[in-house]
Amino acid sequence: MHELGIVFYIIRDVKQAAAEHGVSKVSGVVMDIGEVSTIVPEYLTDCWRWAADKEELLKGSELKINIIPAVTYCDECKSEYETVRHGRKCPRCGSERTWLLRGNEVEIKSIEVPETY
Amino acid sequence: MDNIKVIEIKKSVFEDNEIDAENLRKELKAKGVYLLNLMSSPGAGKTTTLIRTINLIKDKLRVAVMEADIDSDVDAVKIKEATGIQSIQLHTGGMCHLDAEMTRQGIDNLDLAGVDLVILENVGNLVCPAEFDTGAARNAMILSVPEGDDKPLKYPLMFSVCDLVVINKIDVQPYFDFDIEKCKSYIKMRNPNAEVIPICAKTGQGVEALAEWLIRQVKLWKNQ
Ligand SMILES: Nc1nc2c(ncn2[C@@H]2O[C@H](COP(=O)(O)OP(=O)(O)OP(=O)(O)O)[C@@H](O)[C@H]2O)c(=O)[nH]1
Ligand SMILES: [Mg+2]
Ligand SMILES: [Zn+2]
Repeated sequence: MHELGIVFYIIRDVKQAAAEHGVSKVSGVVMDIGEVSTIVPEYLTDCWRWAADKEELLKGSELKINIIPAVTYCDECKSEYETVRHGRKCPRCGSERTWLLRGNEVEIKSIEVPETY
Repeated sequence: MDNIKVIEIKKSVFEDNEIDAENLRKELKAKGVYLLNLMSSPGAGKTTTLIRTINLIKDKLRVAVMEADIDSDVDAVKIKEATGIQSIQLHTGGMCHLDAEMTRQGIDNLDLAGVDLVILENVGNLVCPAEFDTGAARNAMILSVPEGDDKPLKYPLMFSVCDLVVINKIDVQPYFDFDIEKCKSYIKMRNPNAEVIPICAKTGQGVEALAEWLIRQVKLWKNQ
């Protein structure tokens, strides 16, 4: 499953960041997930629960997800529009010379550490 | 309750893979080994197409194959029996795609002496493999007629990362309303530079064009 693989990458990156900052306990990980990134947030948090609890550093930690709305830019009329609502075709001028501005993110935004650690 | 300290990270989960992939690509370039990443839905005809194509090119290029499968090793055995070339199995451990690190482990298990071309048969899936750069020189995919000509619209990322789209199973076209020209125009919307080669892997029809494409690619890449 896609989301479990992604969770393993997140855990690897969080471990690395924790080591760099000399942190031994993480209570939360905040993710920016694009609306059209193909990640299903509920699956991601389910996989997180299963995998994170196996790690001392991350036991009981919460995965918090910010959804980043997808926005497409039209090269023809230089405007922006909601991707999910209108798809590839610009609702203003009908052009298909459009590209995704944001909404494809799978990004670790920050980690939260209890102050005593 | 403890106070919480926030550490900003701001890092894409794909970032490390992209670095690994770039490193692998450079190493393979230095060794003169062209890696092709072949993707498709399950059952589109990757293994059948590989067998046909390899039998046409194996006198001109030294080829090796890596078969990514979630569990079994039937494809690796099939390739070895039907073509006689070096073929190994990569187990993905339940993953839906291969990343650059897993690809490297496969490469390390191959005997690369004299090898010009390594073909990676990725896990059958149109979503995940497209998101993970394997370190290949080029990506190719196979779309089979029964899947429908609208797939480039539904899986845009896959089609935008592929330099070659093979349309397979054209023998069954009369039974499906698959329009090759329409499909080509959808592919061009995602990737104006993609080449499209229609074939029937079952009979071998059109496979010469695919063999020529591969030979030309490897030659161009070696000289660049
Ligand atoms: N009619 C027809 N059948 C084909 C053609 N190419 C492959 N097949 C059949 O399609 C089925 C799947 O082919 P494979 O080559 O195993 O496909 P694959 O993409 O390697 O499959 P996975 O590795 O399981 O994802 C087999 O039964 C093939 O015989 C073709 O051109 N025409
Ligand atoms: Mg196969
Ligand atoms: Zn417009």
